[in-house]
Amino acid sequence: MGRHMTAISLSHVDIAYDGQRVVHDVSFEVAAGESFALVGESGSGKSTVLKAIAGLAPEWTGQIEVLGQPGSHRPDRTLARHCQMVFQDPYGSLHPRKTVDAVLSEPLTIHRIGGQDARVEQALADVGLDRRFRFRYPHQLSGGQRQRVAIARALMLEPQVMLLDEPTSALDVSVQAEILNLLKRLRRERGLTYLMVTHNLPVVSFLCERMAVMNKGRIVEIAPATALHDGAFRDPYTQKLYAASGGD
Amino acid sequence: MTLLSVENLVVSFPTSRGRVNVVDGLSFELGRERLGIVGESGSGKSMTGRAILRLIRPPGRVEGRLSFEGQDLTSLGERDMRALRGARISMIMQDPRYSLNPVMTVGTQIEEALRVHERLPRRDMRARVRDMLEAVRIDDPDRVARLYPHEVSGGMGQRVMIAMMLIPRPSLLIADEPTSALDVSVQGDVLRLIDDLVRDHGMGLILISHDLPLVARYCDRILVMNAGRMVETCDAGDLHAASHPYTKGLLAAVPRMHETRDELPVMDRSAWAGT
Repeated sequence: MGRHMTAISLSHVDIAYDGQRVVHDVSFEVAAGESFALVGESGSGKSTVLKAIAGLAPEWTGQIEVLGQPGSHRPDRTLARHCQMVFQDPYGSLHPRKTVDAVLSEPLTIHRIGGQDARVEQALADVGLDRRFRFRYPHQLSGGQRQRVAIARALMLEPQVMLLDEPTSALDVSVQAEILNLLKRLRRERGLTYLMVTHNLPVVSFLCERMAVMNKGRIVEIAPATALHDGAFRDPYTQKLYAASGGD
Repeated sequence: MTLLSVENLVVSFPTSRGRVNVVDGLSFELGRERLGIVGESGSGKSMTGRAILRLIRPPGRVEGRLSFEGQDLTSLGERDMRALRGARISMIMQDPRYSLNPVMTVGTQIEEALRVHERLPRRDMRARVRDMLEAVRIDDPDRVARLYPHEVSGGMGQRVMIAMMLIPRPSLLIADEPTSALDVSVQGDVLRLIDDLVRDHGMGLILISHDLPLVARYCDRILVMNAGRMVETCDAGDLHAASHPYTKGLLAAVPRMHETRDELPVMDRSAWAGT
């Protein structure tokens, strides 16, 4: 798959769970190499949009494209090769009975990629984990170390697009700072495209260039992240969210 | 006047490598004021709150002196302690979904909190519950009183918790991360509500949180903890001038709304590491 100008594009997407529509008419585009945030409160539908792109929320209609390929209604191996996801809770997203080595090797085995030993070693180094962590189990790691493993796993297939679902909200502030720095560095080094779901506006200010604000299943506003500097939002809901988050 | 005095508090738990002090010689005094205890996970902040209410069960062990309104808490029997909990010292926990009884209506639960400590005629009881629900700004108290916890939102659930904790009119409220399970737009409402009630009733408040800027906004004084010890204490207004490197590190690590830094400063954990 070659380079595309548009990495992710959604056009008039509706998403439902068991026939109940929860996301209405969502459209946005994320350019290749851009870092884009989906912002909103719980129940706004932001995580559902991410799941639909990853094929984890199958009941969607409209148009989804990732790197020029039409979106899928189920987890898809070709998509997984280019588009990977990092979840909020590193405690829940790593298999408790698999070592770090097994977790990182698995995607390579599935996609029949060789040189596993060297690749796992390199992946650990890339996310700043010492090699002695390689044969440990998740319960032997701290929350920050686990999130590093989850990021390393997502990077194993060298994807171009990363879907990040609240990647730091389960972490302490000092650990959050480390993970945010890591995500920023990886994106710069590899030219990754990020689509990040978060409720934390200052995190958007640090990591993203643009943001879409969601409320009750709809996008109410798309704005540059620099709007967070002066609160230049036009939608009343966004203004309220901004004020409640400590913006002036 | 001193409401609570904590002297050389030690909370320890046995581990495979011997006993570990999760709170390690903490001392502070609290008047009728709002004190924020801030720290990261494992700093011992929640254990401090639990130790004050003597909620630490064996094999955990609590040592040191705890005195509340001149009474020595460590020497009280379990029966006296139970009478004191709720009535004189109350606690609000993080997530209302886990602290409310799912098979009891909201009204009955609040009523129960009162009935344990006071004998009142049924009619007065109902009136007190109603007043309390109004005090936590629930618009139609009669309807809400008949709801079950799963029928109310997170913010509403936390209001119900606050109502339950304040209805016996305690003199000290311990709030352990009272808003971290809530959306930002309701966080402010709940904290302002706690703040108003604490002021109106002339209570003391201990607000335990990992969120430094938030605590600074709602407290008079701040105590920063790390690895079971007090790192620093200062007036909330002077937080920006905090002198200890750990406090400074914590403050600097938080991303800002007007972020211009290319990299966030990272703390060298080994310097303070205990956990």
